[in-house]
Amino acid sequence: MSVFITSLVLWLLLTKFTYSELLAGVIVSILVALTLRKYHGIKYDWKLLWRFIYYVFAYLPVFVVEMIKANFDVAARVLNPKLPLNPGFVEIKTDLKGEASKLFLANSITLTPGTLSIDAKGERLFIHWIDVKSMENKEKYISQRFEKLLKGVFE
Amino acid sequence: MSANVIIGDILIAIGAFFYFLGGLGILRMPDVYNRLQAGTKATTLGTFSTVIGVGISKPEFLIKALIIVAFVAMTNPVGSSVLARASYLSGVKPCDCTKVDEYKGGGEE
Amino acid sequence: MIAIFFVLIGIGVILSFIRVIIGPTSSDRVAALDTMNVMLTGLIVVLAYVFNRSIYLDIALVYALLSFLETIVISRYLEGRK
Repeated sequence: MSVFITSLVLWLLLTKFTYSELLAGVIVSILVALTLRKYHGIKYDWKLLWRFIYYVFAYLPVFVVEMIKANFDVAARVLNPKLPLNPGFVEIKTDLKGEASKLFLANSITLTPGTLSIDAKGERLFIHWIDVKSMENKEKYISQRFEKLLKGVFE
Repeated sequence: MSANVIIGDILIAIGAFFYFLGGLGILRMPDVYNRLQAGTKATTLGTFSTVIGVGISKPEFLIKALIIVAFVAMTNPVGSSVLARASYLSGVKPCDCTKVDEYKGGGEE
Repeated sequence: MIAIFFVLIGIGVILSFIRVIIGPTSSDRVAALDTMNVMLTGLIVVLAYVFNRSIYLDIALVYALLSFLETIVISRYLEGRK
């Protein structure tokens, strides 16, 4: 059922609204939902709306600001003739449990200054860090800003 | 020229500059992991800026532009992290300047 | 403004294509190809704006989907092959 709603909304966003399009969208969405019956992982409830509002107003501004900072950092490194690098692979711990929240945490880490997430095993995340500052308190530099916000969104 | 067209064109030009930086980073960085850092960050912000600029200049494109932005923002980091993991596990050596390596052996205990 | 866009994105695509040609390992080539695909998605969106055809946006969406799939499939292949 939730797959049906998701694909119907996506269909209506991609096409212009007419009645024949709506009919075709309903048929295609029913087919998709019947095919993917075994794999449905999306659950809708009334908290979803609140989560969406929290996501847009609390998480997205922080994310966009961090991304712009990350790009100026990359620009400064690339345009510098000496190419200042100090890279290393580090391991950090995370408190998040759910699969979706870990996916969003890894995406946010990849798009923030100087870090690229490589692998996730349980609660350990492996990061390629372009400028290793210190081996203590790694979480403070890398993931702490997002962990609190994502805990509010998903848990 | 109305105001939204000018704002959209400026955003498109900024996005083109970040695309250029992504290409330069891909060419100049010393190993695969640093290349992926530069390439992924610069092209994701370039796509944000360019596609939203097009959506502002032409308001009837805005919904599809937002879908494209959401799609690229979801898939681009996932692709680059899968590629970094694959190249580490297939034995591509990091460059000599790498300081620490806590991921040795694929992160097994 | 639009002319600046085409010049800069052309230089970017050429630089990453040089990396596709000279890249020492196949991971380098796939990384440069992934970057180039995202750039070309942006290029198709701007072409939709210049030519004023909304069908090009669908082409850009399908291109982004296929390039993501291509990156994932090649990465899985490289990971299995030691």
